[in-house]
Amino acid sequence: MNRAALILALAATPALADQDAAVLERLVRQDCGSCHGLTLRGGLGPDIRARALAHHDDESLAAVILDGVPGTPMPPWRPLLSEEDAAWIAEYLLNGDRK
Amino acid sequence: MTRIRRLFAGAAPVAQRATPPEYLKNGETGPALLLGKNTPARHLLKAVTVVLCTALATGAQAQATGDLGLVVERASGSLLVVDQSERAQVGRIEGLGDLSHASLVYSPDERFAYVFGRDGGLTKVDILERRIVARVMQAGNSIGGAISDDGRYVAVSNYEPGGVRVFDAETLEMVADIPTGSKTIGLVDIPGTRFVFSLWDKGETWIADLSGEAPRIRKIEGMGSNPYDALVTGDGRTYIAGLFGEDHLTALDLWQDKPVPRPILSGYARGREGLPVYKMPHLEGWALAGQEFVLPAMGQHEVLWVDARTLEETGRTAVHGQPVFAMARPDGRHVWVNFAPPDNDTIQVIDTLTKQVIRTFKPGPAVLHMEFTPRGHEVWLSVRDAGKIMVYDTQSFEKLGEIAARNPSGIFFTARAHKTGL
Repeated sequence: MNRAALILALAATPALADQDAAVLERLVRQDCGSCHGLTLRGGLGPDIRARALAHHDDESLAAVILDGVPGTPMPPWRPLLSEEDAAWIAEYLLNGDRK
Repeated sequence: MTRIRRLFAGAAPVAQRATPPEYLKNGETGPALLLGKNTPARHLLKAVTVVLCTALATGAQAQATGDLGLVVERASGSLLVVDQSERAQVGRIEGLGDLSHASLVYSPDERFAYVFGRDGGLTKVDILERRIVARVMQAGNSIGGAISDDGRYVAVSNYEPGGVRVFDAETLEMVADIPTGSKTIGLVDIPGTRFVFSLWDKGETWIADLSGEAPRIRKIEGMGSNPYDALVTGDGRTYIAGLFGEDHLTALDLWQDKPVPRPILSGYARGREGLPVYKMPHLEGWALAGQEFVLPAMGQHEVLWVDARTLEETGRTAVHGQPVFAMARPDGRHVWVNFAPPDNDTIQVIDTLTKQVIRTFKPGPAVLHMEFTPRGHEVWLSVRDAGKIMVYDTQSFEKLGEIAARNPSGIFFTARAHKTGL
């Protein structure tokens, strides 16, 4: 997907079907939660609640999700997630409802 | 048991096998399995047992804990109390906080469990009364714990603030604070009222001796970059740390006065691209299979074998995905492996003699943990996204039952109470 398409995808984030959103939210809690904690407050990986991610925007955070952080245990999720998925997760983490 | 035997002395009916035995010569293969589960004799025995147990339990309300266990329900902050021989849940204990990545250890009498929550909570629960006895928030973020050989102390390893804190097992009062300035992992107990743990950020392993008035700490440097987990063997002799930042693991011989780090499996991934690790492997004291340790590789779809004595590599087995747990059945004859996402719906079983995968099956979505019954006749799997514990026969691989559970993760049978390093 090229950059223009990514921007389109980002703009279209809320259009993700509800069930996809539920699957992604579960992935964030359960699988990201393996390292970042079920409540996202951190574990082996850092705190990823919104205030801890203030230095990121949607795009840079989606890039971290897709490509990982070399030299750290943060793996690239590109083999498992589409760019739309990553954009949704970035948006969710930065602005999402923290219950 | 003795009472039952006394009651039955001289009167117990001798169960006759309906089918005569079959004799095999070497070279012949026997039939699959003849469990004889539904023979009339079995039914009769079962009925007699039920009547007897009912009679004996009246009034006393006694229940032994030897075949009980606890299952962590990670999202709801609860523990399911399970009965191994009934293959059923018998209760639930609630109010334990954030139990993602929670683990627990048992008191020597198998009545109490100490639960280590990710949120820094240390909770003591009474398995018989199914209630919380004591609970302290001892840190901001923790990763696991251990109980001392004498049952007096419970130690917790913390990410934040990094270090180990030691508590009185009776009261949960803190008796020692050991800051390390690092995320601290791989905490295990060894004989002599000692704990061993490793420092993610510093590549060190520390041995804390709690047998005296004040803890005595021995620091061992040069373990390697970013130890992520560690195990100790059942005899308390060999401590093996897995390293995220190195192409090897590091072993320590704890029988030495001054243990020296020894790299093992050096360069196991040399020349091969490291695959993404979506869940860190776990190292637990189930590594001994026959005369070898079996260990999950990091970033490779392999399990690795090393000779338990020489610590030299003896083989590799290609597996379905990034292994998370590679657990030897208690007799060591087979090794069961589960995997990180996206392959976490699959289990593989490896034959220890041939090092070949002999079974691959998919119990369901997100198989997070496995626990063998103490002698290994069954294995219990937590299948998180199916909301179930699944029980399998380890000889026939037949599924024997299911127990509903909320997002189950770790399964812990009370027999762990009597094992070093668990």
